[in-house]
Amino acid sequence: MSRIEAEVGKPQGGFMKWIDDRFPYTETMKAHITEYYASKNFNIWYIFGVLATVVLVIQLVTGIFLTMNYKPSAVEAFASVEYIMRDVEWGWLIRYMHSTGASFFFIVVYLHMFRAMLYGSYKKPRELIWILGMLIFLVLMAEAFAGYLLPWGQMSYWGAQVIISLFGAIPWIGDALVEIIRGDYSISDVTLNRFFALHVIALPLALVALVFVHIVALHHVGSNNPDGIEIKKLKDADGVPLDGVAFHPYHTSKDLVGIIVFLMIFSGVVFFAPDMGGYFLEHANFEPANLTATPEHIAPVWYFTPFYAILRAVPDKLWGFILFGLSVVLPLFLPWLDRSRVKSIRYRGWIYKSALSIFVVTFVVLGWLGTMPADPMYVLAARIFSVIYFAFFLLMPYYTAIDKTKPVPERVVYHA
Amino acid sequence: MNEDDLDRNRRHFLTIATAVTGLAGAGLAAIPFISSLKPSARAQALGAPVEVPIGSLQPGEMIRVLWRGKLVFVLRRTKGMLSLLQNHDDVLRDPESKVVEQQPPYAANATRSVKPEYLVVEGSCTHLGCAPLEDFPVRPAEEWDGGFFCPCHGSKFDLAGRVYKGVPAPTNLRVPPHRFVRDDLVLIGQDSGAA
Repeated sequence: MSRIEAEVGKPQGGFMKWIDDRFPYTETMKAHITEYYASKNFNIWYIFGVLATVVLVIQLVTGIFLTMNYKPSAVEAFASVEYIMRDVEWGWLIRYMHSTGASFFFIVVYLHMFRAMLYGSYKKPRELIWILGMLIFLVLMAEAFAGYLLPWGQMSYWGAQVIISLFGAIPWIGDALVEIIRGDYSISDVTLNRFFALHVIALPLALVALVFVHIVALHHVGSNNPDGIEIKKLKDADGVPLDGVAFHPYHTSKDLVGIIVFLMIFSGVVFFAPDMGGYFLEHANFEPANLTATPEHIAPVWYFTPFYAILRAVPDKLWGFILFGLSVVLPLFLPWLDRSRVKSIRYRGWIYKSALSIFVVTFVVLGWLGTMPADPMYVLAARIFSVIYFAFFLLMPYYTAIDKTKPVPERVVYHA
Repeated sequence: MNEDDLDRNRRHFLTIATAVTGLAGAGLAAIPFISSLKPSARAQALGAPVEVPIGSLQPGEMIRVLWRGKLVFVLRRTKGMLSLLQNHDDVLRDPESKVVEQQPPYAANATRSVKPEYLVVEGSCTHLGCAPLEDFPVRPAEEWDGGFFCPCHGSKFDLAGRVYKGVPAPTNLRVPPHRFVRDDLVLIGQDSGAA
């Protein structure tokens, strides 16, 4: 590895050689692109990681352009968003791409996480990839929450009021913490200004850094596959996994098809249903923030509603906060809660299959309940489903251990 | 330098000492940044008391005012409203206003007010800060003597801002410091000294 000493002063090997002596370009491209081998039996579930990256880029680019016209002040914010929508050329498109992108980010990330639960991608040796992914998810929630305040509409204001007040439930330091978050005695211009700083600088930086280490960790241990077997165990004479194909050109060309299909759906929403019937853009937010009246029906945007339903199900402030926090953080411990010997659902028994199905239904129902008013019937239903939500995680060490598993094959299998 | 000449204790001490000094420095450097997040001098100055004229407020009427950016309700209670206040103590969490932070001492009474007629409370649900809605009509069938209902998470308060049991809000609505400058003028945000 002392090529550089031997070759100094002797320009030979061309431009790439000159670069490679100073920067590990070819080496990096090989390790992560042209000679990164991923299983050849990937199915549709393996598109969402790529799509999350695509959405991240969409959000970064549209976000930069939005900041050029947006004004982070309580007096001007709402009007500046209307200005973008009406007076800036193509401003409506850029803004709708950004608002739709926020919802699609969560759709894609939830499906990406579900894939990990289907095929045990969080299990050893990929625990750290999962933890980094969960951190990305937490930062993404903070990023979405901060961004939602910026239009300074009714939902922006009162949604922020509720979520920031949550921290007031923490004993002893709660009130001081809330004051430090708001920077004022109520949510004000000061709060809006600092949320803007978090939304456009601090959190995106954290997000990009976490995505980077998420991928570095993934490429270090290698991607999982629908069979949940380690393809690195069986290699050919050249050291290439028998069941692997290079990321580029094989996976990239396949991913490109997925990206195109995704962009078709994305464009459909941007052009024909940017508010998605009030789910992507809540109608109350088309009114400027009114400090004297909470909207009759207040609900967070859809991607927070499963956790919000759990918060609302608890008739106690502190416990509501604790269980809400726990419901968000619990998935972090999946690698240790899951005691099954196999990774993939293909080789798991009926117990895990049923548990996962019930969990998916529970998550969707909680999400729906979180959008509904706080009527007694809905609250009762939310309590029942909250119990199921926690049971899925807390009973997992038990039911995954007793679940009967099928033998796992040596090589990957092709079927639907 | 020979490996044997190394004074490992000394090296260990220096490593720890440097790390501790560095951490202490980082901790001290964090103070200005964290302090900058607190309400600024201007935000504190804007928290001045507000005068609210109540001369034209009719019995049963309520007005909403902002003090420190916070919503405050000023309700002129009718005799009927006042007579029903002691009707439901058993379903309240803190009927006698024992949680001292939720009102100044002079409002820790049966009507939670300076003058029984006028209720002055922060219109901020003690659960998560939504503005409760007024729900004044009495509905005996539902054992409802009139009060406030929070649309966010279903907390209920009576017409003295006292919280019902079995709802997420932990405490009564907060009574801000206030005093009556004249019969028709209430000052919110200040309770002693010159107006």
